Order: sequence, then C-alpha cells, then structure tokens
Amino acid sequence: MAKFQSLHDAVAENIRDGDTVAYEGFTHLIPHAAAHETIRQKRRDLTLVRMTPDLIYDQLIGMGCARKLIFSFAGNPGVGLLRRLRDSVENGWPHKIEIEEHSHAAMANAYEAGAAGLPCAIFRGYLGAELKRVNPNIKSVTCPFTGEELAAVPAMNPDVGVIHAQKADRQGNVLIEGIVGVQKECILASKRSIVTVEEIVDDLNPHPNACVLPHWTVTSIAQVTGGAHPSYAQGYYPRDNKYYIDWDPIAADRDAFLAWMEENVLKVGPEIFASRVEGL
Amino acid sequence: MDYKPDEMMTVAAARALKNSDVCFVGIGAPSAACNLARLTHAPDITLIYESGTINTKPNVLPLSIGDGELCETALTTVSVPEMFRYWLQGGRITIGFLGAAQLDKFGNINTTIVGDYDSPKVRLPGGGGAPEIAVSCGEIFITLKQTPRGMVDKIDFVTSFGFGKGGDERERMGIKTKGPSRLMTDLAIWEPDPVTKEFTVTSLHPGVTRAQMAETVGWEIKYADSVAETPPPTEEELTVLRDLKARTAAAHGGKTA
Repeated sequence: MAKFQSLHDAVAENIRDGDTVAYEGFTHLIPHAAAHETIRQKRRDLTLVRMTPDLIYDQLIGMGCARKLIFSFAGNPGVGLLRRLRDSVENGWPHKIEIEEHSHAAMANAYEAGAAGLPCAIFRGYLGAELKRVNPNIKSVTCPFTGEELAAVPAMNPDVGVIHAQKADRQGNVLIEGIVGVQKECILASKRSIVTVEEIVDDLNPHPNACVLPHWTVTSIAQVTGGAHPSYAQGYYPRDNKYYIDWDPIAADRDAFLAWMEENVLKVGPEIFASRVEGL
Repeated sequence: MDYKPDEMMTVAAARALKNSDVCFVGIGAPSAACNLARLTHAPDITLIYESGTINTKPNVLPLSIGDGELCETALTTVSVPEMFRYWLQGGRITIGFLGAAQLDKFGNINTTIVGDYDSPKVRLPGGGGAPEIAVSCGEIFITLKQTPRGMVDKIDFVTSFGFGKGGDERERMGIKTKGPSRLMTDLAIWEPDPVTKEFTVTSLHPGVTRAQMAETVGWEIKYADSVAETPPPTEEELTVLRDLKARTAAAHGGKTA
C-alpha cells in the first residue's frame, strides 16, 4: 500500500547508506528531485544502478554518495562525457568508484528478470564484445534445446527503485506515459520504491493498456511538480536541452561544480523544481 | 552550392539508406543522416531509436536518444526491454546506424575507453545499445569523421564487434548478420573487401586526395580497383539538411549543431 509522504521523509525512510539504488527513467522522467534529496541527506556508499547515468549520477558521484556504479551508457546525451564521473574514474576525486559495465540490452533484460522473479536474464548478446573480459557478471549458458550459446547476467533487484511519473491517484496507483523505459520493471524488481509525481488526481483515467503501477507495488509517493527537470514529463514540460548543454562547463571544474551544488541543491528544497519548469 | 566536408558526410550517409529500410538510429551523426534520408529520398523509412520509439518522424534532431519529439511523432512507443528483445534481438531491423570514437579497418568499434580499462586515460560513455545492435541488425552502416585518433590500427577496446580480425571470423563465431557493410566519412565511402573484410575505399568525395586520406587514417589504406567520385550534395540535399540543423539549433536553445 503506497504511503503519501514528503520527498524528505520518503528518502529518509527508504534509502539507507550502503543500499543499491536504481533511479530510472530513460531520458524521460528522470527523478532529479529525488536524487537531489538524497544528496542533501548525505547518503554514502550507495551502489547506483542506471542504464544511462546522465546528470543525476554525475551529481551524486561528484558529491561523494556513490561506492559503485552499474550502468550501460555514461554520457551527457548529445553533449559529451560525464565529467564528474570521469574525474572519479580517472583521478579518484572525490574518491574512485567501482564500475560494473553492461550493454543496454543486458541491463534491460536484467531488470525484466528481476521483475519476473528469475535469478538471471538470458539473451543473445555481447557477441565478440570485450565487456565480457572485464565484467565477471557476464557469463554464458547453452540453450538445452538448440545448443546455441547465449549471454547471461544476474537479475537486477535493487534495494530501492526510484522513478518520476506523471500522476498518482488518491489510492496511490501510478500512471506513466510516453517513453516508459524500464521504470515498470525497475519498481517491480526493487524491494522498496519511491515514486515522485507531477500531480495527484482523483481519477487516472487510464486506457486499458496504459502503463500503470498498482498502489500495492509502490512503497512511497511524493508529489514534486517539475521533479524530473532538466529531464521532462511528457504532457507537462519538455526536456530542457539548454540546461544539459550548460551543465558541461559547470561539471568540468571541481570548484564550479561544488559552488553550483551548494546554490542549486544544498540550499534549496524540492519545491524549487516547480519554478524550474515554468515557461519551458 | 558550396558545402562543408561534414555536410558531404551526412549526405553520403543519408544516400546509403533505402525507403524500405527499418533503421536503428544512433545519436549524433547517424541521426542527422537518417532524418535527412527521410526528408529527401526515403520518406517511408522506418526510424527506430533505442528509447522505444518506432517509426518516428522528428521535426528537429533530438539532442538525446529519448527527446519528447521522438515519442510525439512516433507510430508507437514500446518499453526499453521490449525494444531490445522483440524488435532488435527478434531480427526485425535491417540497418543499424552507428558512430564511433575509435574504429579499426575491420569495422570493430570502441566507445568505451582510451587507454587501459581499469585506469583509463579517457573514460568514454560506453556501449549503450551498440554491442547488440552490431550483431542483431541485418547490416551495419558507420559514419564518422576521419582523424588519426579515430581511425586507428588497433582500437583500445572492442565495444562493438565488426569483423574481428577479418575474413570469416564473424561466421565462425556463429553470427548470422552481415556486419559493417558501409562506412561514410567526411572524405570517402568505404566498403569491406568481400574476402578479407578490410574496409576499402570505393569512392572519394570531390577534391579529396589520397595524400589527405593517408594523413587522416592510422593504417595503410586499401583502394578498390576503380575508385569512384562521390557526386557532390545536390541543392535539395543541402537545403533540407541546413533547414533541419537550423530548426534543431533554435529548438535546443542556441546550440550550434
């Protein structure tokens, strides 16, 4: 049964030091507000899971929250590299994080296996790819029927899954629309979950095949208008592409990064997000 | 009309696509080429982005693989697990269109690291969808600018498999798809030799010399017996491409595309 809470309380109750936490959203609906709350609450030693680490993991890593990163594409999409992630991996600032690297197909399959209650995911993947050499969690199995050798990775079952969605109703049922990514699989695969939503409504009015998470699959719901910014919420506000471009020089310099985080994350609360999406 | 080498590259890459293709689009240079094809000679081409958008017709080029524009203009949008399982792994995609940070002469691609994996000189973004795109699509087109740092004799990491060390290595590994079949750069068009699978220059863009080619490629270049000259961009191709880039720059808040 989903519990309606402030974002502060949802993060405080669900995310603990040392947890494996997946903040998902494939470009769309990235839970930035929840990540900022995690940074404000100074969580440490997290294993961060995300297909596309994006700016939120650049920020979590740069602020020292992460011990390990499990991922498949670590870029600022269309702009370049993630400079805080690079500084950690290449120079050990603020410390060197451990890396477990996969392909998108492997990560998507691993979440699906996690949601399905299977121990591993099996797929046709990594043929000729060198990630197999550096990631001991990539193994292979032989199909018992055809003899084909297939790739296998462990199921992904995070301690906490965190997503942003368009709406919840007053029972806590959640509706996700647009690019739905791996969010449903992530929540179903996780032991606990936090969903931030743009708004809480009387009736979701979902069409019969809509992507809906029933209230009993979600642990905590917090309403945060604009909570995906600079990512976007289809039907509410577009992706703030200029913000992604402007992030690059901020992340390039340690002092500029820390000053930016102080001003825009540590000194403010989740209510700031509503003003960031005004006029987009 | 005057044009720049990168415009020639995008035009040459776009021309490689057919109206009947179902194409898995990588972000950046491939995305520009695929949409130029759709807006010129291939209006019915099916463009698919890994965010799950199928048959998308963006009016501006997306900055990311999952901009809202892609979903709003798509025939349908599926989940990411479904995209990789049913559509890519299921063998429903004819062309995978990829870029590369480093490329070798057998079409193997590195987008993972420069240097050593455990203590890299440069940590690049990684493979994303590419390791499986490279082996699951019917064939692979690659587009990138020629530089000695990009086109190297030995890549630092095999993110996505092309022909390995060449010859029949791909078949011997049990891979049933064709692999890299065309490479479009800012200077030339390359195709794999039918036997050795080494990329061979089959067409030089107008005005490009073999000396210029040698300066921008880190291996000894093989040329086909008869090397064609790539027809220059037409006025229509250039106009459509520049309009698309101008719309994109305006939409992304002044980014120079």
